[in-house]
Amino acid sequence: MTKKAGFIYTPDFLNYQFSADHPFNHKRVLLTKELLEEQTTLITEDLITPRIAADEEIALFHDASYIEAVKRAGNGDLKEDRAQEYGLGTEDTPIFSNMHQASAQLVGGTLTAVDKILNGDYKKIANIGGGLHHGFQRKASGFCIYNDCAIAIKYLRKQDDLKVLYVDTDAHHGDGVQSGFYDDPNVCTFSIHETGRYLFPGTGNVSERGIKSGHGYSFNLPIDAFTEDESFLELYETALRKIAAFFKPDIIVTQNGADSHCLDPLTHLCGTMKSFEKIPVIAAEIADTYCDGRWLAVGGGGYDMWRVVPRAWGQVWNVMKTGAPCKGPLPETWLEKWQKESPAPLPVSWQDGADIQPNIPRKAEITEKNKLLLEDMLKYTAII
Amino acid sequence: MLVEELMNRNMITLPPTATINEALQLLEKHKIRHITIVDDDMEILGIVSDRDVRDASPSTFLDTSDFHILNKEIQTIMTSPVITIHPMDFVEEIAYIFYDKEIACLPVVSRNKLVGVVTEKDMLYKLIQLTGTHEQSSLIEVKVPDKPGELPRVAAVFGNHNVNIVSVLLYPYKDPDYKILVFRVKTLNPMPIINDLREAGYTLLWPNNIMEPKK
Repeated sequence: MTKKAGFIYTPDFLNYQFSADHPFNHKRVLLTKELLEEQTTLITEDLITPRIAADEEIALFHDASYIEAVKRAGNGDLKEDRAQEYGLGTEDTPIFSNMHQASAQLVGGTLTAVDKILNGDYKKIANIGGGLHHGFQRKASGFCIYNDCAIAIKYLRKQDDLKVLYVDTDAHHGDGVQSGFYDDPNVCTFSIHETGRYLFPGTGNVSERGIKSGHGYSFNLPIDAFTEDESFLELYETALRKIAAFFKPDIIVTQNGADSHCLDPLTHLCGTMKSFEKIPVIAAEIADTYCDGRWLAVGGGGYDMWRVVPRAWGQVWNVMKTGAPCKGPLPETWLEKWQKESPAPLPVSWQDGADIQPNIPRKAEITEKNKLLLEDMLKYTAII
Repeated sequence: MLVEELMNRNMITLPPTATINEALQLLEKHKIRHITIVDDDMEILGIVSDRDVRDASPSTFLDTSDFHILNKEIQTIMTSPVITIHPMDFVEEIAYIFYDKEIACLPVVSRNKLVGVVTEKDMLYKLIQLTGTHEQSSLIEVKVPDKPGELPRVAAVFGNHNVNIVSVLLYPYKDPDYKILVFRVKTLNPMPIINDLREAGYTLLWPNNIMEPKK
């Protein structure tokens, strides 16, 4: 019998660690898992232990020479100028011991999810250890080594002729994934992110529409700095519904970066938990409407790993498992255990208080600008 | 940067005796807006723009089959003499010529022969590259006092963090005692740099001018 939802986890995910003080810290995955266990929305039967990705699978998206370079880097055997060529050994993606194995494990998590959905064991699976959307064919970038999203979609398309809708709500543009399917009409990518005028990586303009037969199957909404929940959700919800109606996917893959929250130190967006409750609800609705429920969710960015990420990713799972986000206080056992380590006071509720958002100057103009952007993009979702 | 690095060497030209109709077709075929008119030795005689050609064409509102106008020679409508540039001119200078003369195409001439063309569009594309927006990067704008030594001081902060600079621009500020430095840097995590710049007392521009609660 098909199980409704599964949660991919292995403690090996935590081996993906650049350095002790690097902003990308996969302890986030453990914090989220434990939060959900204490909340009792995640139980042992939900857990799926992932396999590791084979080289041939990683090579579905990445060049063999790049995989070789990552392996050598992880063994301390890659010269500096060669490393630079592959984007390795930079401030963003430093070299660490056994980085190939750690990265291949994250990919394996997303591939395991694809296996289990395709063979009918599960409808919906979350692999919050994945979501490394900046990885390019032969270049590491923006904290990402192997692009598990792109590899998994290539892998999925190899097994089955399903139309894939990739939805990326990370505050940064999903450039690596977009690049992987820019000429492919069977994979539609939609990324909503802070405008690249200021923020890394700089791409993701509304005019990026795909090339060759893939033209018309890339969608981008580069929203303004300091965008808040209301405007974000209006754009996300309207755009996703229209794109899904236009594309009619057979499966959706969502990348759930949690860095558009106002507490996130790396971006200028100003969302709260309101956005992170609604994002998975709409995703589930699209999966149920078009995809017979098939939905693969991965993690992504999120650099306030104590106050934001566990709740944001937790809600993705809560919606998958129960159909609705959790409300009310966080489990005290979880708070007690982790407050000791957290540098800031942990939030006590699944929801954010009204006082959390800063006073945003020019809010009306930001909202107006985003609206124009949405109109601009929506003209591509209707057949004239 | 020299014009020869930027100019397009695939010139679309016509002899002076070609018809206006030929010019019209050439403009459409190559999706261009200017044709240089040359003699057999590639010496420039004139230039025609798509506007010149359209001005000479009958109005689409006229119910007439009188299209013989289009058979007139192109030299009857071409502009002459032509403002030209040399391959060793500076790109910065041609931007000024475009602005000052309100034109959009400059033939490049060397030893009296046409060797290339530069259009406003080529110029804009170079500007995109100058601003670094075509490469993965984050943007930081810093307001600095207009005095010697500020640029190296700010640039050192990027160097200290081992972060590569993709592009640098310097532009005037409304208060003439200050200048704005615009950096595009190859990192997803500009926070350590931003914090160091703030600590050094620099004012950052939108959107890094708002601290709360992003700290």
